[in-house]
Amino acid sequence: MSARSGRAVIAGIGHTEFSQDSGRSTLRLAAEATIAALGDAGFAPSEVDGSVTFSMDTNDELALIRSVGIPQLRFSARTRGGGGGANATVQLAAAAVESGQAEAVLIYRAFNERSQHRFGQPVRPSPDPAWNWAVPFGLDTPAKIYSLTFQRYMHDFGLTNEDFGRYTVVARDWAATNPNAQFFERPITLADHQASRWIVEPILRKLDCCLESDGGVALVVTSAERADAHGADWVDILANGAMHLRDGHEMFNYFHDDLSWFDEGAQLGAELYARAGLAPADIDVAMIYENFSPIVFQQLEAFGFCGRGEARDFIADGHIGRGGSLPVNTNGGLLGEGYIHGMNNIVEGVRQLRGTAANQIDSARHVLVTAGRSGTILGARNR
Amino acid sequence: MSIRPPVFDFDDAFFWEGAAQRRLLIQHCATCDTVRHPPTPVCPDCGSLEQEAIESAGRGTILTWIVSRHPTEPDAEPRIVILVQLDEGTRLVSNLVDAEPAPTLNDARVEVCFVDHDGTVLPQFRLTEGDR
Repeated sequence: MSARSGRAVIAGIGHTEFSQDSGRSTLRLAAEATIAALGDAGFAPSEVDGSVTFSMDTNDELALIRSVGIPQLRFSARTRGGGGGANATVQLAAAAVESGQAEAVLIYRAFNERSQHRFGQPVRPSPDPAWNWAVPFGLDTPAKIYSLTFQRYMHDFGLTNEDFGRYTVVARDWAATNPNAQFFERPITLADHQASRWIVEPILRKLDCCLESDGGVALVVTSAERADAHGADWVDILANGAMHLRDGHEMFNYFHDDLSWFDEGAQLGAELYARAGLAPADIDVAMIYENFSPIVFQQLEAFGFCGRGEARDFIADGHIGRGGSLPVNTNGGLLGEGYIHGMNNIVEGVRQLRGTAANQIDSARHVLVTAGRSGTILGARNR
Repeated sequence: MSIRPPVFDFDDAFFWEGAAQRRLLIQHCATCDTVRHPPTPVCPDCGSLEQEAIESAGRGTILTWIVSRHPTEPDAEPRIVILVQLDEGTRLVSNLVDAEPAPTLNDARVEVCFVDHDGTVLPQFRLTEGDR
């Protein structure tokens, strides 16, 4: 055992199938993922006493514990924002375990964001005043909102949409051999990518966008000792954190001096590496949140895997695909496996360190899971 | 073109009221003499609650741009969305009118114009003479 005494670990993972039409309630998806994660960890529902989910999740904690038979919660918390907070769920759960506020924390995220309340649709101005500075000018979908920063990145470093397509081809190649992926056995070529329709010209085509999905994911976070006592095949949380900056915004990140540099990611990455005592070269697999393909390029640079403006060549040279120096999104990512708000990327990170991934990377010991504004470095149990 | 109008509150009403009078206003701290956008109720630099609005000269530079189109109303017609760096130092999202998408739009100079969309006046921008 390499974890410090009392240190939080991920002891269990669970999920439903990822689909376009689950045909059942989001609460049922959350419950199915929860039951799977508890079974995986070897925990009974009665042993869970904490919960964490997204502020955006529509499944009430008390409805879920009533459904799955968790008798009491001593700790309950939700993360801010959207997918950028995926790894902040682990941060909250680990903080609760390590401070003694809870012994075992259930993390869950479940939605029918394709068949019911669709993500990515045009929004109306909301009480968040930030929307006032965008929606009246036509900036009303995540694809458009993010593209306004992606365009400056393309301009500064001379990229075209075809460069982004080279990421999608790799993601779809990984997905093609992952039976959990919605694009299982459906790889694409760069020509296929270039034939897909524009979503935001000249930045994003359809195949640059994540896959609206129905599904649920759950994790169990507890102490290493407790996980051991249950015979769980746990993985270590070597470092974990979130980063938000004064001039930032989850969506409208237009007010940093340098628009083509993902400063939140860079500062977060520096902190995670320092806490884990690792460098980018020590990372064996990177799971990089991608609502849209260009954000992978920005994170490869921000997290120090290549220099500024070098992500295009890093990807084109084959580093992130099969046999590459840094396999990225080995489940197919959110473009290829499914978009469960980034939580399925944490599941894949755990699988890589257990040695149970569909696209297993030999002797993976360190996995970075990043959602840009929150991240985790996971370590194999016997690294 | 129909638009989705803003839903403004205490902190940003001055901007839209100014726009209705065809003035581009920027929040200004009366205590430490700094400008900021989007508006905030407190000055992040000095903590002052004393704020006023100054009028921008309406000139700036395009930092980045996209073509916005969506197959559903009310934004079916394509328009160019820009992020403008105003000469006064603040940035705002707006539209570029009377122009076509082109790689040369990045860093092009623009000047404000005011366009009434069914009763909502939006401060939008045109390329300045030399950049047209």
